[in-house]
Amino acid sequence: MSDLRTPLAKVRGLGSAKGGTHHWMMQKVTALANIPLVLFVVVSFVGNVGKSHADWVAWFKQPLAAVIMILFVLNTMHHLRLGLQVAVEDYVPSHGNRTLVITLINFVVAILAVLSVFSILRIAFGG
Amino acid sequence: MAQANRPLSPHLQVYRWGAHMMASIMHRATGMALAVGSIILTWWLFALASGPEYFAVVQACLSSLFGRLVLFGITFALMQHLASGIRHLFMDAGKLYDLKINSLTARLTFVFSILATIGIWVAAYKILGGL
Repeated sequence: MSDLRTPLAKVRGLGSAKGGTHHWMMQKVTALANIPLVLFVVVSFVGNVGKSHADWVAWFKQPLAAVIMILFVLNTMHHLRLGLQVAVEDYVPSHGNRTLVITLINFVVAILAVLSVFSILRIAFGG
Repeated sequence: MAQANRPLSPHLQVYRWGAHMMASIMHRATGMALAVGSIILTWWLFALASGPEYFAVVQACLSSLFGRLVLFGITFALMQHLASGIRHLFMDAGKLYDLKINSLTARLTFVFSILATIGIWVAAYKILGGL
């Protein structure tokens, strides 16, 4: 035996103890929330299809529209971040690459989410 | 690394195809397509916030033939992922595991997504005055 550390000591801090279901639960909660949000967005986007820049801006200036769009963006970004993570865990075999890819996905999703919310707020509050 | 000699589970090609399998694979594939869709949504929101000039550029891209094909694909992906996702929520609650019901609901997700996609695009073209 070349290693005096116990198996338990090695896995401490690495495992998903007590947190293993959180990812799965959040995937389901965001999925449930997505059902009405997606329906709202699809109906709104089809209803406004072909509208001019000014008309779209006017649509986003309605508080309800802006708030639901922000909820939609945050919820879908959270949901897809969780989903992509599971796909990466399934298909990227090396532990190091897996962590790197998941980290990069988190960065990209954070940028997309902030850019989207900032854009919506700018449209809603802009002059 | 210990990983190199680990046994691998049989891959897709050894199984006989079924609707449940197709639905499961499509759920993941459409999820990835929708991740691309989220980039397009962000781009479009950014364009709308940027002003009329850049918005016109993005609208021209999205309404080109290629743009419409991409948006059509994303519409289908969204409807398929929605239907399949609702089916998964029922399965998470322990329902729909009877083989016949499981296969039937897998087929129904495709019936829904194809009809919904066509319905959305017919409605959009009607509103645009193209039909």
